[in-house]
Amino acid sequence: MAVIRDMMPVFELFQPASVEDATALLREHGEQAWVMAGGLDSFDWFKDRVKRPAVVVDLGGIEALKGIESTADGLEIRAMTPLTDVVRHPEVREHYGLLSKAAELVASPQIRNQGTLGGNNSQDTRCWYYRDGWTCYRAGGNICYADTPTSMNREHAIFGADRCVAVNPSDTAPALIALDAKMVVQTADGERVVNAEDYFIGPGIDIMRMTVLQPGDLLTSIRIPSTWAGAKFYFEKVRDRQVWDFPLVNVASAIRVSGGTIEDARVAVNGVAPYPMRLTAVEDAIRGASQDEATAERAGEMAVRGARPLRQNAYKIPLMRNLVKRSIRVEA
Amino acid sequence: MADIEITEAIDPGVSRRNFIKGVIAAGAAVGSANYMFRGVGALFAQPTSPGAVERLITLTVNGQQRRVDVMKQETLAMTLRYKLGLTGTKLGCDRSECGACTVLLDGVPHYSCSILTQSVRGREVKTIEGLAAEDGTLHPVQQAVVDEQGFQCAFCMSGFVMSTVGFLEGNPNPTRAELAHGLSGNLCRCADYDKILTTMERAAENMRQA
Ligand SMILES: Cc1cc2nc3c(=O)[nH]c(=O)nc-3n(C[C@H](O)[C@H](O)[C@H](O)COP(=O)(O)OP(=O)(O)OC[C@H]3O[C@@H](n4cnc5c(N)ncnc54)[C@H](O)[C@@H]3O)c2cc1C
Ligand code: SF4
Repeated sequence: MAVIRDMMPVFELFQPASVEDATALLREHGEQAWVMAGGLDSFDWFKDRVKRPAVVVDLGGIEALKGIESTADGLEIRAMTPLTDVVRHPEVREHYGLLSKAAELVASPQIRNQGTLGGNNSQDTRCWYYRDGWTCYRAGGNICYADTPTSMNREHAIFGADRCVAVNPSDTAPALIALDAKMVVQTADGERVVNAEDYFIGPGIDIMRMTVLQPGDLLTSIRIPSTWAGAKFYFEKVRDRQVWDFPLVNVASAIRVSGGTIEDARVAVNGVAPYPMRLTAVEDAIRGASQDEATAERAGEMAVRGARPLRQNAYKIPLMRNLVKRSIRVEA
Repeated sequence: MADIEITEAIDPGVSRRNFIKGVIAAGAAVGSANYMFRGVGALFAQPTSPGAVERLITLTVNGQQRRVDVMKQETLAMTLRYKLGLTGTKLGCDRSECGACTVLLDGVPHYSCSILTQSVRGREVKTIEGLAAEDGTLHPVQQAVVDEQGFQCAFCMSGFVMSTVGFLEGNPNPTRAELAHGLSGNLCRCADYDKILTTMERAAENMRQA
């Protein structure tokens, strides 16, 4: 919880000017090092003394990691680009409006001015037991405090739980998945390009990480292929307060319709599982169907099949069902 | 004591899993002495390390060059308030959740509680103290606050004023709804939003006339 204490505990700070220097520093300091982008997730951990890296490598001085560029096949958004720049960029708005819409619904204006697209997709979960420093599974312990008969778990998962029932909180992640974005990762062995949907991992793969990033890896940029440019987009986020709050559930869809028939679609939701979920079964079911109320209804029903609510979050089932339904019925 | 345990918990050989476990076990019992002594020895940066930072730095604050000694982990809000005496910037939540600490960096609103002072080297920092003219003439946004008696307790005021100055820069003629969206990163515990918005509409008008 937010308790003002005196100061963050000491760490050694490096502000390298190049990706090479940053990766060299990360390699040198290994598991003691923490990668910092905008810092808006990082500082909470440091201030609460829950995570205490000895070394912080601040990527803020690396110009090569900032900016948005057109490429032969779409758009390249470098990882350190602030969300505000993503929201305002004319080409993002014109061709990939799904992403600008999602980014604009993140947090607050000041946070969007500083928080980066890379950081937004690499941020940790908001489970408050974990963030308060409880020694749960995700923190290396042997219990999940959010999944007991008395837990406060209104915000937690209805899908994908594996000991940990926390959710991925990012608003931009489902938009990137719907746009079939590629995440460019700098690893010790060179560059690796990962589909957005595979960038996020669940607790079954590694309960202590949210993404494929290993210590020392850097997300350097996000490539948006032109495949879905100009498609019909839908993004909706439901949250308690209209500013600051993370999504209870959000949905992102990209749909191509021709003569009333859905030619192709990509749909993703977040806030319901430990990773943003691409709804491939729904996509398969609606491909070739006519874009009408019955198809939307069916999509919503399919989307929530297999959901397992916890004590306080059964409301997420109708919420997700209706959001998916709306995202399919989008005006052609 | 907790301090010693923590120093040991960050030995290079320890896995991340154990490192986090050890840290959590030491938990909230950690005292302030801890950030002075923790990690001494292993952690001194080699002077030649790329990206190593100095403690004695120069900041540009309200158009002045200010030499200041800052810790690596120090936030801008702390430096402004407790090193440079610029206490017009308020600390509310210290967690990017209220906006009281909003300042402008190169004209753009940021929460000064949530950015390292080391990260604003080379950028123009503007605080509420830097708005009025040399002769004391208030900035048009400040004048609007006076004219409209815009705030109740006014703890949130400097943050709102800085957000407004930053926002009007990009949108000098906003609708009330646009203004509300632009200032949505600032909270008022007196919940006096209606009056604040009226004040800031007046501010926009003052700016256009200035
Ligand atoms: C009060 C508050 C409300 C918020 N509300 C929302 C919301 O409604 N919706 C939403 O989507 N987000 C929300 N956020 C998250 C915010 O938008 C930021 O995106 C997020 O905090 C991380 O971005 P950052 O650039 O500050 O990253 P940091 O905090 O610096 O980094 C976050 C994590 O990602 C890692 N990381 C970052 N960049 C890289 C990289 N390039 N390579 C490797 N690792 C990297 C860091 O090591 C760290 O673990 C909120 C945050 C706060 C503080
Ligand atoms: S949901 Fe995950 S992060 Fe939260 S207490 Fe359980 S194991 Fe920890």
